[in-house]
Amino acid sequence: MTDKNAPVEKKPLTRQDFVSNQSVRWCPGCGDYAILAVVQKTLAAVGIPREKTVIVSGIGCSSRFPYYVNSYGFHTIHGRAPAVATGVKLANPDLQVWVVTGDGDGLAIGGNHMHHILRRNPNIKILLFNNRIYGLTKGQYSPTSEKGKITKSSPAGTIERPVNALRFALAAEAPFVARAVDTDIVTMGNVLERAARHKGVSFVELYQNCVVFNDGAFEEVEDSATRDDFTLKLEQGKPLIFGKAKDRGIRLREGRPEVVTFKPGEPPKDILVHDEQALPSYQYMLTQLEPPDFPAPVGVFRAVSEATLEDLMESQFKAAMKPGADDLYKLMCGRDTWEIQ
Amino acid sequence: MGISMKDQTAANKHPKAGKKPSRELEAVTIRFAGDSGDGIQLTGGQFTNSTAALGNDLSTLPDYPAEIRAPAGSLPGVSGFQIQFSSRKVLTPGDRPQVLVAFNPAALKVNLKSLEPGALIIANKDAFGEANLKKAAYEKNPLEDGSLSAYRVLAVEMTHLTEHALADLKLARPQVERCKNFFALGIMYWIYERPLEPTQAWIRGKFAKRPELMEANLRALQAGHVYAETAEIFEHTYRVKRAPIRPGRYRNIMGNEAAALGLVAASRLAKKELYLGSYPITPATEILQFLSGYKGHRVKVLQAEDEIAAVCSSIGASFAGCLAATSTSGPGLALKSEAMGLAVITELPLVIINVQRGGPSTGLPTKTEQADLFQAIFGRNGESPLVVLAAATPSDCFTMTVEAARIAIKYMTPVVMLSDGYLANGSEPWRVPTLDELPKFEVPSAGEPAGFAPYKRDPKTLSRPWAVPGMPGFEHRIGGLEKQDVTGSVSYDADNHERMSRLRAEKIARVADEIPSTQVLGQPSGKVLVVGWGSTYGAITAAVQSLQAEGQPVSSIHLRNLWPLPPDLGSILKRFERVLVPEINLGQLLFLLRERYLLPAVGLNKVKGQPFRVDEVRQGILEQLQAKG
Repeated sequence: MTDKNAPVEKKPLTRQDFVSNQSVRWCPGCGDYAILAVVQKTLAAVGIPREKTVIVSGIGCSSRFPYYVNSYGFHTIHGRAPAVATGVKLANPDLQVWVVTGDGDGLAIGGNHMHHILRRNPNIKILLFNNRIYGLTKGQYSPTSEKGKITKSSPAGTIERPVNALRFALAAEAPFVARAVDTDIVTMGNVLERAARHKGVSFVELYQNCVVFNDGAFEEVEDSATRDDFTLKLEQGKPLIFGKAKDRGIRLREGRPEVVTFKPGEPPKDILVHDEQALPSYQYMLTQLEPPDFPAPVGVFRAVSEATLEDLMESQFKAAMKPGADDLYKLMCGRDTWEIQ
Repeated sequence: MGISMKDQTAANKHPKAGKKPSRELEAVTIRFAGDSGDGIQLTGGQFTNSTAALGNDLSTLPDYPAEIRAPAGSLPGVSGFQIQFSSRKVLTPGDRPQVLVAFNPAALKVNLKSLEPGALIIANKDAFGEANLKKAAYEKNPLEDGSLSAYRVLAVEMTHLTEHALADLKLARPQVERCKNFFALGIMYWIYERPLEPTQAWIRGKFAKRPELMEANLRALQAGHVYAETAEIFEHTYRVKRAPIRPGRYRNIMGNEAAALGLVAASRLAKKELYLGSYPITPATEILQFLSGYKGHRVKVLQAEDEIAAVCSSIGASFAGCLAATSTSGPGLALKSEAMGLAVITELPLVIINVQRGGPSTGLPTKTEQADLFQAIFGRNGESPLVVLAAATPSDCFTMTVEAARIAIKYMTPVVMLSDGYLANGSEPWRVPTLDELPKFEVPSAGEPAGFAPYKRDPKTLSRPWAVPGMPGFEHRIGGLEKQDVTGSVSYDADNHERMSRLRAEKIARVADEIPSTQVLGQPSGKVLVVGWGSTYGAITAAVQSLQAEGQPVSSIHLRNLWPLPPDLGSILKRFERVLVPEINLGQLLFLLRERYLLPAVGLNKVKGQPFRVDEVRQGILEQLQAKG
């Protein structure tokens, strides 16, 4: 799953190489700052040169992202970043392409394009900043806002069931699906590096706290006092164990997940073991684990290998490549011609 | 009436050896009509190829229903194919057919009113049974009740005769019936002295793996030919001589294929890979289909999830260095408008081919119209100027697509190339050009990394450099927010926004320098000037030429550059007393000309989903010629 062809610059890149000259303009305390720093660090770690890196975004707070990364960047229009990015990647498969989007940009106005980029599988990295609110327009509910939420456009509470970003991605059968939290930069760093090195479309949901319009949206998983009890760190081949004392795990009882408490170090045998390549139904079950009844899983939910869109396109070109196959005059003449003397 | 094998063999050896006298005609218009399942388009296409091979000039127009397969025999299910061929230059598929080949009563009913008085109707008598008559809402059989006395009617038992000719082949009845269009084609080939060979070769290729069907269709063609020669119905055959056509290699081409080929040629001229993001939409879909078949030319095609994604992916591909295009029709252009604004502000080259159809909304998907001119020029938020071109004929779709790409790249701008359903599906002979006959492309250089700024403009064209991802030292960010002049950084400065708005407008205005001087057909001044654009070219030119031949003081010009308009247009318009603007809309170019040049121009407008007939344009011009003051 690792892209072995990724070119590596001779001088190791540092985070600073990806810092642009633009002053960053997010609200003080916004989760976006942490994400920006980790992305810049990840880009340096992966080592693809700046000129081969393109960050594409849509509209929203998160979508200012490209201006702050010293690479090629395209701040496009609302919801359409996946489509623009697909064009960039197909035009030049040699480029490393990242999409930065939000819950509104990626799952409301751009939901259609998100579905199709995940289905097509170009080697593009998608970061969906989920703050469960519309920030740039100053506080309306988003498609991930919890039901009943009171916002400026839902003064009596929303009457819509929210969409779960990861279930959306799994339904599109995205080959790489992961989640990280803005306050846990270690896990975020690991997840983003895995995403970057995965060959194929990678979808990462980032829980991102909006301090102005939706502070505390992910309180249980962000607050240092509670986060160990409400976060389940997924590791390939490891049992689903969590809690400050590592004394709780997830098992299935009659097809439903349940939390089981045990003596630390002696987990019951029926605790589930994480498998990124399992059937999507397992990963789908994981997405249903939510506080307060369950911990929120973070890490890589799914990572499977699948041929990329651009490789399949290239293989069709190769198959058509025969002597004279690019003869333009012959193409223009078509099947039937006649000569006028 | 039986036809022996011996007769067929004799005719095969001497396909033009009809004993009946031959008469010469200058131009003929024929229409084939039947169920959409009758193979009408195929029959018309074969007649076209044989006619082209004879060196006639020609123009064709298919007319098919919106439904894929409307109920057989019904009025909405009638499919038609019209061709005019001539020993002169042909400008339109013909106003009124002199011959109608009707495969059923519905086809007769739908087309009768468009026929020339005294036209020849060749009908498949076998299809005029009670059931089909009822489906076409005929109370009596029109072939028998005398209602067609103003026409020459030839009722042929096409189905029976075809069955007879194929009797020993042991084919299923539907397979036999499907061969009757070749029987009809055989008749037409005999009447108009067309060679059978091109169609015979086509049948052999098409049915190479089905020898029984190959034999059946060859026999049906032959049987029709022999029938026409033998039956005591036709007094003459007709000859249409070769047209004086510039020497070279020719093919028959439809507008959509011409546009697709134009994009491939342009990418070769620009030395850029071609990218097309598109979504199927009638009548533009074929552009997507053709380009997705050109794998040997490395054409990168994405059939996107919608019109918006189609254009957005093209904008991404343009940013990354491809010659990028998107193809659509009116409703799709509406969906693309926000993204086209993004291409305007990011100043990226983009070719948007809009094949117009009847609107608004879903409108008349399979019918033609010219009502997207305003949408193309103005249909975006903000001050959002771009270039709009329009093709005049099917093969001109090639020329104007190449021109659209050339301007898009040279000026770093989106360009809309307007075609329409009539051009998309109509066809004409096209002298295939070689690459060195096509215009040279100028690609804006990125310069050196040291002095690079993404919005530093070329002083002459005002275009910005095209530095693409992958080029070290040119890393930069662009987007939909207003740009600071030169640096391209985000800017909310009031004066900067006005400066950038004016720069973007001025850049597009300077494209006018590219426009060749406008050719006036006829005298450079006079009483009436007819101003056309797009697919009305043929009808307008034919009408104007016929009036000029009668000594009438009328001239015409045809616009291919709609935005910006040609710089010499104002001075030409002022040299005429009256300006007439025929359009397949309610007066969009008319509106522009009146606003731009403060002229009392008048419109000649039609929105019936059909192109102008020559006589309609003639009539409109005559009214202006006769008008006082």
